[in-house]
Amino acid sequence: MFSIPVFLSSFEPLFWAARFTLLISVLGIVLGLVVGALICAAALSRTRWLRWFAALWVSFLRGVPLLVQLLLAYYLLPVIGINVPAMVAAVVTVGICSSAYVSEIWRGAIIALPKGQSEAATAIGMKPRDIWTRVILPQAFRYSLPALVNELILLVKASSLVSVVGILEVTRASQAQAATTFRPLEVYIAAACIYLVINLCFAALGRYLEHRTAV
Amino acid sequence: MDLSILLQYWPILLNGFELTILCWVLGTIFSMILGLIISLAQRYGPRPLGWLIQAYIEVIRGTPFLVQLFVLYYGGPLLGLRLDALPAGLLGLSVYGSPYFAEIFRAGYLSVPVGQIEAARAIGMSEITIVRRILLPLSLVSALPALVNFSIILTKETVILSIITVPELMYSVQRMSTETFRYLEANFILALFFWLLVETISRAGRWLETRITRHLIERA
Repeated sequence: MFSIPVFLSSFEPLFWAARFTLLISVLGIVLGLVVGALICAAALSRTRWLRWFAALWVSFLRGVPLLVQLLLAYYLLPVIGINVPAMVAAVVTVGICSSAYVSEIWRGAIIALPKGQSEAATAIGMKPRDIWTRVILPQAFRYSLPALVNELILLVKASSLVSVVGILEVTRASQAQAATTFRPLEVYIAAACIYLVINLCFAALGRYLEHRTAV
Repeated sequence: MDLSILLQYWPILLNGFELTILCWVLGTIFSMILGLIISLAQRYGPRPLGWLIQAYIEVIRGTPFLVQLFVLYYGGPLLGLRLDALPAGLLGLSVYGSPYFAEIFRAGYLSVPVGQIEAARAIGMSEITIVRRILLPLSLVSALPALVNFSIILTKETVILSIITVPELMYSVQRMSTETFRYLEANFILALFFWLLVETISRAGRWLETRITRHLIERA
């Protein structure tokens, strides 16, 4: 049956591993935001092959399960001569995967912006560069904030998959803990609690940011 | 790149593919039904039940699918819930998907104009008839894109079932690669295959979406 002391004592090793879960998801979203911005720019550009490239990028990364992407990176990178620590490879894969989602979020936010905004800016004589940096991007960023926080929460959950390629984070640590204590129920529920707390915190952060940036 | 292993292993891969499709279809149907029940219970049930359901939704959406599967498959036997990999996987998939579907249905209900329901009540329709003839058909129109979208997301979640040894496609590919040491080829083919599958399903979904919505809009 469920034992409370075992449940409570399984938190300690998991807390330590929770740092890596946070590290993977935060670095993943940062990489996703940077690469996502580039892909979004490519998707909105006037050059046809750039648009094709962005469409292919988004379609592949959204169409292939992250677990398959992780295993592909795990086996592919050594073959093409890139020897990086497993942790780096995992963060990059997670980040690249999220870049596809981020670029779609930003593309959607930019397209959703009323056309009158940029027309009005043109009418009062703003330069195209100023229109982007002072009118379109700030508003699009505000629109996209809830979706971006949502993406961060998805990444926290997706980071559990990197346990499959042997990287220590909450899920991997709980597997080891369950194997040594023979109490999988308590350990995995403790792991679930840690993910839940992280995600509830991020959700609260999202609501705060939304509130702060509201007009 | 040596693709001759495919010739040798295609029966196993085909079995795996069948199981992937089975898990996806059953998982989608079950979680959609569960989500529908949850959303209706939340709308019409007593207040405390609503809170309980909200807590369920938050917990399932806030924890990774992999951890949920571990709790169910490895932790379940301690509570007397002894399931084989496949039933455990299907149950896990249904539980995992249900809150997302419930939220999609809830958003759909909110999109139904209140006047429609008030009008139905005014002409003396019973609550059950209102749900069946007014609320569900109208909310389906607006919820359909999101329903199709989440069903596609569930296709990709089925690969995670391989970790608890459900012998679906990913599991078969893993088995093939450990027996032949052709990890790169196997995972590369798997990625291409899923890409095609998801693209096909999303195209079919969009086509279905326009057809069904057109039909419902004409009737409504």
